[in-house]
Amino acid sequence: MLYRKKWPLLIFLVPGLLFMLMFLYLPFVENIKNSFYDMNAVVKMPGTEWDFIGLENYKKLFTDTDVRVALINSLKMMIVTVIFEVGIAFVLAVLVSQIKRGQQLFRTVFFFPVVISATAIGLMFSLFYNYNGGMLNQILAYFGKDPVLWLSPERAFTMLAIPTVWSYIGFYFVILLTGLSDIPDDIYEAAAIDGCGKFKQVFYITLPMMKTVFFTSVTLAVTGALKVFDLPWVIAPNGAPQGLTHFLGTYMYQQTYGLNNYDYGSTLAVLIVILGVAVSRCIGFLTEEKDEKSKRK
Amino acid sequence: MKKVSASKVIIYLILIIWAVTTIFPFLWILNNSFKPSAEVLRSSFLLPQEFTLENYQTAFGRLNVLNAYKQSFLISGTVTVGVMVLSSMMAFGLSRYRFKGKKFVHSLIVASLMFPVFATIIPVYRMIVSWGLLSKNIAVILPQIAGNLSFATIVMLGFIQSISVEMEEAAYMEGANVFRVFGQIIVPLCRPSLATVAIFSFLWSYNDLFVQKVMMRDNTKYPVCRLLEEISSQYGTDFGLMAASVTIIVVPVMIVYILLQKNIIKGLTAGAIKG
Repeated sequence: MLYRKKWPLLIFLVPGLLFMLMFLYLPFVENIKNSFYDMNAVVKMPGTEWDFIGLENYKKLFTDTDVRVALINSLKMMIVTVIFEVGIAFVLAVLVSQIKRGQQLFRTVFFFPVVISATAIGLMFSLFYNYNGGMLNQILAYFGKDPVLWLSPERAFTMLAIPTVWSYIGFYFVILLTGLSDIPDDIYEAAAIDGCGKFKQVFYITLPMMKTVFFTSVTLAVTGALKVFDLPWVIAPNGAPQGLTHFLGTYMYQQTYGLNNYDYGSTLAVLIVILGVAVSRCIGFLTEEKDEKSKRK
Repeated sequence: MKKVSASKVIIYLILIIWAVTTIFPFLWILNNSFKPSAEVLRSSFLLPQEFTLENYQTAFGRLNVLNAYKQSFLISGTVTVGVMVLSSMMAFGLSRYRFKGKKFVHSLIVASLMFPVFATIIPVYRMIVSWGLLSKNIAVILPQIAGNLSFATIVMLGFIQSISVEMEEAAYMEGANVFRVFGQIIVPLCRPSLATVAIFSFLWSYNDLFVQKVMMRDNTKYPVCRLLEEISSQYGTDFGLMAASVTIIVVPVMIVYILLQKNIIKGLTAGAIKG
């Protein structure tokens, strides 16, 4: 009865939708359109037109060696986050679920870096990595070893991956721990009575029961890896050294706002979207496949 | 029994080691923020020999960190309020009314979760420039509200759908109109999920360097993250100052985190668990 009159609906929906239309949907479409034009400036000068260049920018993606580096780094980052972020988080979650005292304390401590901005964490790690008297080289010096150039071309990716993974483990830890506590205790008890050891229980009960939670964690980790920007930008601005630490996001920023190459930046943004959709589809597909297999069994 | 306690010891040991890796870096930074840079270079692991507040004086004086705080609170505060208001209204409309295209609107909102900020930033930047709003706070506020809105609406929708309609019908019998029902029944009932929305909107906005970097070009108006990045690129070799800057940024967040940790953890992992 209350909701039979429809006109108030407009008042509730329109402001929010208008906002999203203005700042999400229309820009999203405009960005795709822009990638087919040669934008000489971000705002069209009166009387000038942008030339339509078709797939020129997309062709450039294939010949641009820097974009290949950025793409490979982003893909590597996805793999690293899935294996280490979700992996370490899972180990920690299983361990914490085994103890009674101090669960809350560990949760609080492990989660803490998640609330700290990636910018601050980046700044912190650049103090650790600094060649002249950074924390790591001071440790080496203490043991009488030569200082190491931590952000050298060979090491830089690893050195960026470490803080990225480290700062977000707490997030997946909490998600996985919540998933663990949702598994009813009697399953474990029944298994224990049947002579199934603690270690086996993890493989035969915990892992299968946690499938959906893992699915969400992996999807979040992968799409999150695609969005990294702040941390690599602070530790290694402009993909230093020699563009080797560019990720798709940082490369897109540099092309757009560093080199004012707006149309190519738009193309890179489209690439990021396509990659994100493709990868999350893949994960969805893989988990579905497994579901069917287990059903057949 | 003995065997059990041995495994417990190992578990605690591993957990404590990880806890140390989480806490130690921040303590190292805090400790070094009270030293002159030369001493940081020499002995960063010892307590300060020459205790100094000079780094903090520089940070507050020359770099005007306080102003960055003010900027960040203005921006993120507005974003938070905007997201709370708009998302609760949308979620209310979507959950209580039946109308044509409801499914479409819903799937539009879900689809926009897949839009990374990179995919919209250039056209949004174009609009902001052509409206002459570049370097104004609103230039960061608008895209950040839009960016948080879809997720917030989904969180709110889940909550409002779980509230039974009976009370609203009763209020209607008593003569309340839809807006009073929304303001006096729905909003108060939604307090827990509004808190969730507030927490993640604020933190995401506060911590987001990318949009700040694109939109804020005037260094007297930098919010916290943008200023921090500036410090890192300009004073990167002044270790003491860098440490002090990180401390200044981390400590308030830490205090709030300790006070509200349960809500914050819930807020940031909300939705993720529901999938």
